[in-house]
Amino acid sequence: MTATSMAGGSSRRRIRRGRVVLHAFLITMSLIWIFPLAWCFFTAMRPLSDTILHGYFSWPTTLNFQNFIDGWTNANLGYYYLNTLIVAVPAVIITLILASLVAFALTRVRSRINLFLLMMFTAGNLLPPQVIIVPLYHFYLAIPIPKPLSSNGLLYDQYIGIILIHIVFQVGFCIFVLSNYMRTLPKELNEAALVDGASIFRTYRSVILPLCTPALAALGTLEFTFIYNDFFWALLLIKTGSKRPITSALNNLQGQFFTNYNILAAAALMVAIPTIIVYIALQRQFIRGLTLGSTKG
Amino acid sequence: MPDPQAIGLAPASVSTGAGAIASGPRKRKHRYSILTRRDKVVLFLMVGIPTALTIIFIWLPTLASILLSFTNYQGIGGITAANIVGLKNYQFLATGYVLFWPAVAHNLMWLLFFVFIASPIGIFFAVLLDREIRGSRFYQNIFYFPVVLSLAVVGFIWELQYAPDGFIDSALGLTSQNNAIDWLGNPSLNIWAVLVAASWRHVGYIMVLYLAGLKSVDPTLREAAAIDGASEFQSFVRVIFPVMAPINIVIVVVTVIESLRAFDLAFIINQGTNGLELLSTLITNNSISEASLIGFGSSIAVVLLVISLVPIVLYLSRVMGSASE
Repeated sequence: MTATSMAGGSSRRRIRRGRVVLHAFLITMSLIWIFPLAWCFFTAMRPLSDTILHGYFSWPTTLNFQNFIDGWTNANLGYYYLNTLIVAVPAVIITLILASLVAFALTRVRSRINLFLLMMFTAGNLLPPQVIIVPLYHFYLAIPIPKPLSSNGLLYDQYIGIILIHIVFQVGFCIFVLSNYMRTLPKELNEAALVDGASIFRTYRSVILPLCTPALAALGTLEFTFIYNDFFWALLLIKTGSKRPITSALNNLQGQFFTNYNILAAAALMVAIPTIIVYIALQRQFIRGLTLGSTKG
Repeated sequence: MPDPQAIGLAPASVSTGAGAIASGPRKRKHRYSILTRRDKVVLFLMVGIPTALTIIFIWLPTLASILLSFTNYQGIGGITAANIVGLKNYQFLATGYVLFWPAVAHNLMWLLFFVFIASPIGIFFAVLLDREIRGSRFYQNIFYFPVVLSLAVVGFIWELQYAPDGFIDSALGLTSQNNAIDWLGNPSLNIWAVLVAASWRHVGYIMVLYLAGLKSVDPTLREAAAIDGASEFQSFVRVIFPVMAPINIVIVVVTVIESLRAFDLAFIINQGTNGLELLSTLITNNSISEASLIGFGSSIAVVLLVISLVPIVLYLSRVMGSASE
């Protein structure tokens, strides 16, 4: 009896010691992980004069939000946020609509080409964008687009062009996720709707789509941050600086304020804030969206 | 995998699909033979519009990249027979273009660093955080938050660490006067500096994917291993890791594709030059920015395409194969 209880006691003690080591390790790693952002925040809170005098690696004499205010007004950040919204909102909505339509049709009608189509969409999403950028750039300069949609008659250097490429690139991922999701819905739903004489579009609109709300919410959150964070497409397909969305505008700011790291740090943080807010507020959706794509259902 | 015939039918794919439904009883037995003509038109449009967009804006440019890679086209006027140069671009890539092999090496370093360092750290974090420990959620959030940041922001945050008067040099006691290490300017160091920044983001991504996989592992497996006297390490290596095979493939594919897509960080730091050349930055630098060597840039794009097809095909055959059932 004593032997077993002693063994139990020491192993419990060992477990407790293991826990302490584990937490110590995790806390250390967390501090390392958070440090670069904290440093950025620290830099942003210090006046330039302070850091010029004492260097960036010094005890601060003053801490304030002046750099944020200056960054906001000098760099006109509000305007670039608006550019991002003009691109991201329609892109996310249209992507979700198109993807849900395809996913619905592919899961509803059994056909041998379904798998092929699914592969075509998914492969398109996995392709590195740089593979297609050269011809795409020239397509964008060549395809005529009527006036109200495009101010220069092209897809290049236009909101519509950038919205379009986001839709095309993201729709594959959303189709993959949504078709996996729809496959988990009971088949009888479709049949019941059909027996009731509902048209195929009505079945989609009033039966299947409402059931997909969780998946759509998850994807919407994820897609918004994907598109918000895009740097590549806006860099290459938008020429006019004032049309750039906020993320690629940050790159221009670097040229404009290259001597003032403090304002740049504040601007970078302000660019990051919306995605951080989205993540904190809609965390569950966000992670769900990400994992829906990799694990089935 | 689709048979070759199905691939041949691709452009007319949607009509074939709708057609199959129409000819209900005679062909295969179809559950939805009650579809009206209108329904079929609607279905056709549902699939047809996104399919057309994907073909026009992804697959046509891909094909164009391949065709252009055999030309010396520079974007002026039309392409004539005189523009066709055969494999010359590829020959020049392999033997004459001094930036090509460094770029391949950098992409490979990126891949190896992700495969052997960043992804294993992400998996390790996931395994640690999968148990019931206090604050697991909190730690997950900390490790995960860089993933929601744009690479443009990530690049800037790390510039503050790496700059000559930034955190790292200052912490090491080095100043601009006193042999500061130019982490981002030194062409043999900067790729490593960028890889650390890229991993900061990659680890959290892998951790979340792996955590989702671990959650789906049957807990009795772990208990059984523990009863059999396996240590936690043994039970992970022998029991958990093997049953995670589908997720492991996703992790490998995500890791490889992310390394091939690498562009933003290198571009933000120095436009992908001076030690940060990558296949992706060579494409844009040759064909879009100052130079307009469309044919030549396309040959680099084809190299990137061919390499990318390896993980893409792996992913499609494994994940989609099981998903379609």
